[in-house]
Amino acid sequence: MKQFKNRHPYMFIAPAVILLSLFSLIPILIAFVISFTDMNLKGLADWSSVTFIGLENYIALFSDSTFIKSIFNTIFYVLIGVPLVIICSLSIALLLNYGTSKLFTTFRAVYYMPSITNIIAVAVIWGYLYNTEYGLFNYLLSLLSVENVPWLEEPTIAKLSLILLAVWKGIGINMIIFLAALQGIPKSYYEAAEMDGANRLQVLFNVTLPLLRYATFFVTVTTLIGWMQFFEEPFVMTDGGPLDGTISIALFIYKEGFQFSEFGYAAAGSFVLFAMIILVTVLQFKFRKSDTEY
Amino acid sequence: MAVATKKNKWEQALVIFIMVAGGVLVSIPFLWMISSSFKPESEVLSIPPTIIPDNPTIENYINLFTNMNFAVYLKNTLIIVLFSFLGLLFNAMAGYGFAKYEFKGREKVFYIVLATMMIPGQVTMIPVYLLLNAMGLTNTMTGIVLPGLAVAFSIFLFRQFMTTVPDDLIEAARLDGAGEFYIFFRLVMPIAKPIFAVQGILTFIAGWNSFLWPLIIANDESLYTLSVGLSLLQGQYANNFALQMAGAAFMVVPIIIIFSFFQKYIVEGFTMSGIK
Repeated sequence: MKQFKNRHPYMFIAPAVILLSLFSLIPILIAFVISFTDMNLKGLADWSSVTFIGLENYIALFSDSTFIKSIFNTIFYVLIGVPLVIICSLSIALLLNYGTSKLFTTFRAVYYMPSITNIIAVAVIWGYLYNTEYGLFNYLLSLLSVENVPWLEEPTIAKLSLILLAVWKGIGINMIIFLAALQGIPKSYYEAAEMDGANRLQVLFNVTLPLLRYATFFVTVTTLIGWMQFFEEPFVMTDGGPLDGTISIALFIYKEGFQFSEFGYAAAGSFVLFAMIILVTVLQFKFRKSDTEY
Repeated sequence: MAVATKKNKWEQALVIFIMVAGGVLVSIPFLWMISSSFKPESEVLSIPPTIIPDNPTIENYINLFTNMNFAVYLKNTLIIVLFSFLGLLFNAMAGYGFAKYEFKGREKVFYIVLATMMIPGQVTMIPVYLLLNAMGLTNTMTGIVLPGLAVAFSIFLFRQFMTTVPDDLIEAARLDGAGEFYIFFRLVMPIAKPIFAVQGILTFIAGWNSFLWPLIIANDESLYTLSVGLSLLQGQYANNFALQMAGAAFMVVPIIIIFSFFQKYIVEGFTMSGIK
């Protein structure tokens, strides 16, 4: 691998790197700058009307009751959603890894299906399932003589309804990562455990789960980052309501930016979210125990 | 699993039972969608609901194309998918560049590429909109397509795979006088077919499902994608669930069909790329 013709490597990476710089890196700098300004729709047409206001946006954010609510809701989503997704996807991966017959590959596809389903289609279908009068869920509950549940009409229940939907949609990709990890465990480990006379539960807790540590770490970090940016479900299902009961930080930013055109204020909100994500990610790396590679 | 000898019949039956039961639960929304999409408007609201439509009809599907502009939305969605494959090529080239060449700043640039994965979409959304607005690209197909072409995660997966391509092979082709791009397109791409399969499916799904960015950038209905059209349908025909379900089925079923053909590559692809 010597330096061949010097310009070639740059020609290979240039298109992607230029696009990433233009639409990912430079925008961060722009966002950072406008978060200290009062940029809004007027500023879009006439840049001279934009003024530098220092930390005012950031101060305003923390006295904005909707923003505080969105932080509270986001924490609620993360605390319930993340463990649920990880436990469900790991359990399903273990089930699917049990056999290799056609049946198991078919069900692998079944469990993966929700994650490739378009979010709007999901919203349309689940909106119908959750419908208080005509929905399938309330009909099935009425067979057990349970009263109508206001799935999306009461703040706390609505949050839980959105989590249920997001867990359903989020299992697929994590399950695949766990499954890939399970298939990467060398058979010799199981043979050794068998020779030592370990039973199946001992194998699970002393061989399989410890060897999945890296996959679990990867899934936890990406899932946590994903749920901190929880956006599409409240956006398409409830638009943040009822009474801001389902609004997340990401949805708050979107609304300030694209519904009220308060670009500066929204950019400040996005940096608060960014800072929270970095903080949580760094903490996770810090508390990560050293890996046993295999 | 390796401890095959210890598997007894009861355990196997229990695993299969749990797996099937869970699978049915997970599929309920899909089954309900398909069933409702073939019901006439009156039947879809009937209580108790019918599992299999009493009077099956394809009227809802015809409606999507005659009364709604689903043909236009479909065309736009396919254009986006087509361009996203151009992006896929860029990502593959970048992955190859990072894996198979030594050049100044390689490590640094690659880490910067990886770092962009951590940036929340909400941070870049507003500045990218302002940038496109300054370039006069809002409300254009270019503006919809351009920001999504390069994907850091995709570059990362390609790089992981490309490092496994033997250097000797590339070196031998060079000695035979092949140009660098000839080597990439005629030698490396055929070898990298498995990773292209995985990325191709993921790219297709992402393009087909694209929603938020087209919604932000497009003002004219002539630029709407299927998802934007479907959300419009949800607003306008709020109580016609049969029509909504047909729209949803029209978006979901093609993906499921394509996916079921290629699904075995996805697990293999992740295993290969060393994400485990």
